[in-house]
Amino acid sequence: MSDLSSAADKLARRTRWLLLTPALVILVFAASGPLLITLVYSFLTAGAYGGVEWQFSWDAWFNVVFERDIFEDTLGFSDAHLSIFWRSVKLSLMTTLFCIFFGFPTAYFIATRPKKQRDLWMLLIIIPFWTNLLIRTFAVVELIRNEGTVNTVLIALGIIDEPIQMLFTEFAILVGMVYVYLPLMVLPLYASMERLDFSLVEAGYDLYANRLKVLRRVILPLVKPGVIAGSILVFVPSLGAYVTPRVMGGGNQLMIGNLIELQFGQGRNWPLGAALSITLLAIVMIALMVYVRTAGEDEVRHG
Amino acid sequence: MAERAGFSIHRQPGFTAIAMLCFVLLYLPIILLVIYSFNAGTSIAIWEGFSWRWYQSAWENEQVQEATVRSLVIALWASVISTSVAVLAALATTRTRKFKGQSAVFAMINQPLMVPEIVTAVALLIFFAMIKVATGYTGLMYLIIAHSAFCIPFAYLPIRARLQGMDLSLEQAAADLYATPFQVFRRITLPQLWPGILAGAMLAFVISLDDVVITEFVKSAGQDTLPTYMLGQLRRVVTPEVNAISTALLAISVVMVIAFTVLSKMKN
Repeated sequence: MSDLSSAADKLARRTRWLLLTPALVILVFAASGPLLITLVYSFLTAGAYGGVEWQFSWDAWFNVVFERDIFEDTLGFSDAHLSIFWRSVKLSLMTTLFCIFFGFPTAYFIATRPKKQRDLWMLLIIIPFWTNLLIRTFAVVELIRNEGTVNTVLIALGIIDEPIQMLFTEFAILVGMVYVYLPLMVLPLYASMERLDFSLVEAGYDLYANRLKVLRRVILPLVKPGVIAGSILVFVPSLGAYVTPRVMGGGNQLMIGNLIELQFGQGRNWPLGAALSITLLAIVMIALMVYVRTAGEDEVRHG
Repeated sequence: MAERAGFSIHRQPGFTAIAMLCFVLLYLPIILLVIYSFNAGTSIAIWEGFSWRWYQSAWENEQVQEATVRSLVIALWASVISTSVAVLAALATTRTRKFKGQSAVFAMINQPLMVPEIVTAVALLIFFAMIKVATGYTGLMYLIIAHSAFCIPFAYLPIRARLQGMDLSLEQAAADLYATPFQVFRRITLPQLWPGILAGAMLAFVISLDDVVITEFVKSAGQDTLPTYMLGQLRRVVTPEVNAISTALLAISVVMVIAFTVLSKMKN
């Protein structure tokens, strides 16, 4: 009997790995493997015309943060890199906050509609989510360009005489990223609000809490996992954003994604590009780990 | 507490207003983009009457034609490949007991969702550049494989959800009646799984069709897809032709999303 079941076990194990192999081969070839090679590249010497020379070097990692002044041979922090990192973190945090500001009431609104209406409202959130990111970014560009709709309308109304320069500023990137990533905030928020037990809200009002107090002391703690999940879903792609800052920020409002691209293009410093990529990945992984830990704690507390 | 007239426990002051504003802001830019794709003039801001001319000019533009065909070929291959391997992987992770290395497998399948796209893109650039130098091959295969890889989680998730939601008693009954595992799959599981497979394939198709960043880094010279062609156009003077292409892509996405929603809600 035990022989039979162990033979069956063996067969099941072999079948399982046979079924998994095709997917894993593709993923190793076009996802995990290249990532490992990127890590290796970050420890190599930059080639003169792009690419690398196979010689170990710490230079790339050193250059992520520091800069050697070639004229005075002094060492300083690399202002350009640090300011781009700072801009990325700042804009991503602001994007997350604005997405909460717009997304929270929207998710709440949808979750409090009659059951039949909810799917329709959610479809209105999902459609932009599945629409090409480039198209959505481009749609916002049309709106805020100097000759764009906003300026045209404001001039026609006589509110301004000259178009306001909005495109190619940090403001433009912020508007674009909030617009593009907002659905990513609404989806998890709605998921947690849909399960919200409104008898607890009612109990809050019965105990003489006003609306603000109910929101702060009852609703917010209950949907906190949704807020955290949404924040991660918005913060992570914002930090690595490439298309939106490139289209909306022009050449002088770079974010980490554009800085990385620059090293593989004009910069011709592949190891530095690789090191910057790994740095970005590390920041994202830390954010994800914090999320897993907080979400896990919440489960323990509420479960 | 005296019930005030119209007091609802669901209401929060200002929330409805912000929600409405949110919907308006989400759709205003897209709707304007669609409207101006029908503009007779060359401007994307001044309305000069209705016309199909930009659709016609996009239709007749050879670069757009080539990019469209390329986009469709890649998206078709990527969705077929990623969906097939995702079906197998989903069977392995739902129809067998927990196993060692399961979390590692999940992490690998979901890796494309966790790693920022730009990081995947440069990693593929480095790796494929090595292969291009070694083999001299610069065809579409790189793009197809790259797209297949990042489409796997999108195909995998709806298929796995469908498998998990299935009633196992039919499969067990078939096995009790001496059906081989393959017969069980072919006759019992697969017919029930179709909506999930179709949903996964459509999702993969749209995701592949929309990809900009990874395509931009992986493509060899002259291998523009529609999105990378548009990205290149944005650096020049933009005519409503880009709006027309965008509107066409938008229409595909909307149809796919609605079909996807219907499919994933279909009862077993």
